[in-house]
Amino acid sequence: MPNKVLFIFVMIFTTFFAVNMTQASPVETFEFQDDVTKVRFQALSKELRCPKCQNQNLADSNSTVASALRLDLYNLLIQGKADTEIIDLMVGRYGEFVLYRPRVSSITYILWFGPALLILIGVIVVIVILRKKSITNEVLALNAEQKTKLKQLLADDIAVNSTSKSALEQVDKE
Amino acid sequence: MNKIIRFFPLVLVFALVFVLYRGLSLNPQDMPSALVGKAMPDFSLSTLGDSNKVVTKADLLGDIVLLNVWATWCPTCKYEHPYLLELATDPQLKDQVTLYGINYKDERLPAQQWLTHYKDPYQFSIFDDEGLLGVKLGVFGAPETFVIDHHGIIRKRFAGAIDVRVWRKEFEPLIKQLIIEKQQGK
Repeated sequence: MPNKVLFIFVMIFTTFFAVNMTQASPVETFEFQDDVTKVRFQALSKELRCPKCQNQNLADSNSTVASALRLDLYNLLIQGKADTEIIDLMVGRYGEFVLYRPRVSSITYILWFGPALLILIGVIVVIVILRKKSITNEVLALNAEQKTKLKQLLADDIAVNSTSKSALEQVDKE
Repeated sequence: MNKIIRFFPLVLVFALVFVLYRGLSLNPQDMPSALVGKAMPDFSLSTLGDSNKVVTKADLLGDIVLLNVWATWCPTCKYEHPYLLELATDPQLKDQVTLYGINYKDERLPAQQWLTHYKDPYQFSIFDDEGLLGVKLGVFGAPETFVIDHHGIIRKRFAGAIDVRVWRKEFEPLIKQLIIEKQQGK
């Protein structure tokens, strides 16, 4: 039993270290004149995608091009460029691809509005199905002619079957 | 009408399968350069050979230019190097096309030694150790080769090694067209 407890502790500790190690990020030191620029740098390097390693952002990646882009980003911030200017510049060089959140344009409409459209279609389908059901209930209801025929049949049957009497009362109520 | 609607989900699934299957065969690294058709960006950097010699955009312009991004850490650059030497000494191309290098994110001494050892096909190499010119050009990695026309407009970006086959397919038609454009004084 103590062995098991020990085992679990070891497992938890090694997992903790493993997580810490994978979070090691590229080492570069940039000095910022104020905290706002630092926060903007961090935000932009998370927002911009590394061109070489496509599933990482600039902040995550160790690749040579990502480190060059980080330095460029730092220089642009020091020059006092606005966030939108920097984004435009990066898109100008690397294409829309460099943005993790693609901008709304004619080729990204399907990305931005596709999910909402699908939900809308789903809602419409559900409404149509529900309405169809209520219509079929109405169709199932008997008309006057059918009712008189049913009464007739039940009245004929009362002589042999006593339960038909209550059924007849039911039809009368309706 | 009802029967047709019943087949709608099936059609949708097939459409999705088609789109996703096509997506599998696309190369995600194969991206169009955003810079084709735009002017070569400005820069001011030293040459690889001489840390005191500063070159700018003006030093590149005038001819039809091949701008090759290379580095000593890049094995594919080693593979394409012999072909670049061949291009640089090709009697038909020599007078028409000038080859320049960008030594990208590299160290000066090993890069100089590389050129001494494997011979130097470049008119000169721009020493871009911080990779900032590379970033301006939208470089992803090395090797990459840009074709710049005599007006200084980027006409092509090619990522990967150049060999005979690639040259014939990707570069030769464009170079021929550019030579004609230049002769006609366009």
